[in-house]
Amino acid sequence: MTLADWAMWAMLAAPAAGALLLAAVSAYRSAALLNVVFSGLTLLAALALYDNRPAVGLYLSVDDLNTVFLILNALIGFTTSLFSAGYIAHEITSGRLTGRHVRFYHAMYQLLIFSMNLALLANNVGLMWVAVEIATLTTVVMVGMYRTHQALEAAWKYFILGSVGIALALFGTILVYLAAQPHLGEGLPSLAWDRIHAAAALLDPALLNLAFVFLLLGYGTKVGLAPMHAWLPDAHAEGPTPISAVLSGLLLNVALFALLRFKLIMAGNPAVLSPGPLMVALGLISLVFAAFMLYRRRDIKRMFAYSSIEHMGIITFAFGLGGPVANFAGLLHMAMHSLAKSAIFFGVGYAAQLEGTQQIREVRGLTRSQPLLGWLLVAGVVAIVGLPPFGLFASEFLIVTHTFADEPWLALPLTLGLTVGFAALMLRLHGIAFGPTDKVHVLPAMRLAPMVFHLVLVVIAGVYLPAAIVEWFRNVAELLGS
Amino acid sequence: MTSLEFDIAHLLAGSMVLVSLLLLYQDRMYALLNVFALHAVVLAVSVAWQAHIHDAHHLYVTAAIALLFKGIALPVALHHIVRRLGIHRSIETVVGVAPTMLLGVALVALSVVVMLPVTTDATSIAQEDLAFALSIVLLGMLMMVTRRNAVSQVVGFMSLENGLVLAATGAHGMPLVVEISVAFSILIACIVIGIFLFRIRERFDTVDLAALDMSRGEQP
Repeated sequence: MTLADWAMWAMLAAPAAGALLLAAVSAYRSAALLNVVFSGLTLLAALALYDNRPAVGLYLSVDDLNTVFLILNALIGFTTSLFSAGYIAHEITSGRLTGRHVRFYHAMYQLLIFSMNLALLANNVGLMWVAVEIATLTTVVMVGMYRTHQALEAAWKYFILGSVGIALALFGTILVYLAAQPHLGEGLPSLAWDRIHAAAALLDPALLNLAFVFLLLGYGTKVGLAPMHAWLPDAHAEGPTPISAVLSGLLLNVALFALLRFKLIMAGNPAVLSPGPLMVALGLISLVFAAFMLYRRRDIKRMFAYSSIEHMGIITFAFGLGGPVANFAGLLHMAMHSLAKSAIFFGVGYAAQLEGTQQIREVRGLTRSQPLLGWLLVAGVVAIVGLPPFGLFASEFLIVTHTFADEPWLALPLTLGLTVGFAALMLRLHGIAFGPTDKVHVLPAMRLAPMVFHLVLVVIAGVYLPAAIVEWFRNVAELLGS
Repeated sequence: MTSLEFDIAHLLAGSMVLVSLLLLYQDRMYALLNVFALHAVVLAVSVAWQAHIHDAHHLYVTAAIALLFKGIALPVALHHIVRRLGIHRSIETVVGVAPTMLLGVALVALSVVVMLPVTTDATSIAQEDLAFALSIVLLGMLMMVTRRNAVSQVVGFMSLENGLVLAATGAHGMPLVVEISVAFSILIACIVIGIFLFRIRERFDTVDLAALDMSRGEQP
């Protein structure tokens, strides 16, 4: 086996071994440390895949497209495991969680990382579906972990909507198999993505059309696109905050990745309906809808969950437009959103713990009660609404200018959604960061390190995007086609 | 493959749609579970018949899973849960029986209209099986929408998964990985559901989801 093979298998073996081991560790300090170690190993394996490619197999493959997702996933999985150590420590001392929860939580965290890596690495579209389903079930039980009334309702809603979505996606996958089977033969080859992609022009267009509609609705539910988004705000608000960060930063991307795989198959066949307009429409609906929903939020984690719907809408819109520029902007926006949104959830998690509530009107004046946390949260929100010098400014600017040049009419709802979302978040930020308060909170500065790290990366990307990354993203954008 | 073999395969898949329609209007818990068991048994026979006519021996495994797990073990377990929770009275439906049935028939018509023209190239057995499978999936969804009771939503979800298994076996030569995964996911799903049902019970003394349905995490 070459280094690349080792790295690919380590992406799966490290979190799987971590899950098994952590299921037995109930001492929270050693569990948190092991969690960080296993997430770090996954990150090392992902980095090794940057310029090494193992041979493409019938089950697993590594190509330019999934390396972007794999490295981003492993990076945020690692920093979130650091954040989670501090967060869980607070939950233990405040008595909300016990040793039994610690075992369960850490094992599930590693299982979630495992299933997301498997979904990204899978060359077999059936295997990809299985992995997304495991990821869904893992997050369902984690969302319900606190066992409160709201947590149970959120988990139930997520479970029902997620299962229906995943069922539609399986139906779509079966239709893709039926389309591929006459040309690629029975059995495994007809589910291998690279072979279906290569033979895309031969496949029956009618079957592919129908399959894509099911896949778009199915995986779109998991992306959180309106109108299938109802599970997302509840799941983000009621679960432990590290899980909110991983949901927003990673799992939504994984579902979008699944969708992109099938979009590529569709793009290879000239006779099928173009998937772009469908994705553009769903993206715009999600963006505008979520932007207006942002105004009336009273729960801080729900508010940022709606902001995630908004940004997934923007990203889906960009990939729907297609072409090298929009795809590049979409990829950049996805990476930046993942980093900035998980940083915000790190900050919100601590803020909610210190204030003892998630209600926006009770979280007040953070820049005075805990200056470092307060100002970092301000920086995070300024980044997420797309102001310079942060990386989201660059990607949103690219998307908007490209839309004006290409499809001027679409720019109208796009800028409307962006502006409304911007205003709503700034309005709420004012009270949270600068409102009146007489409290003083103590928080070790080291616990904010992951948040600082994410925001620094976002600033660097906004000020000067390294040429190597531009080159890398440009190649992937070319691959994604029109 | 003779035409008699075709006809029997169609008869079995069609019976599953019929049982799905039966499920829609069951308003008693035990009856609902019994009809679901029938649904799973018809699925098992249908899959076994496919295995027989295509000489695809791995499909017998899928049939056995459907029969033993979904046809026997699950209904027995759910009977037990229903008895322990004391909810074996009638089930409330959000929409009345007549509109539900009309919607159900419309969904079957829709899936036939959508699937038949699309799959003309596929072998005819897959073609009609897929139309039936889509009907079962849609009927399962309809059931999940119209029921408020957690147990009947779960039954709706499982009938939906039965439809997916039918579709997967109808697609000739589909690798076993998917069938096992479907069975496996149902297993996991049931564990999750079981935990949830008991937690709901332990917290609120009810499995009526309407009682859960007021909180959006936002009311003061």
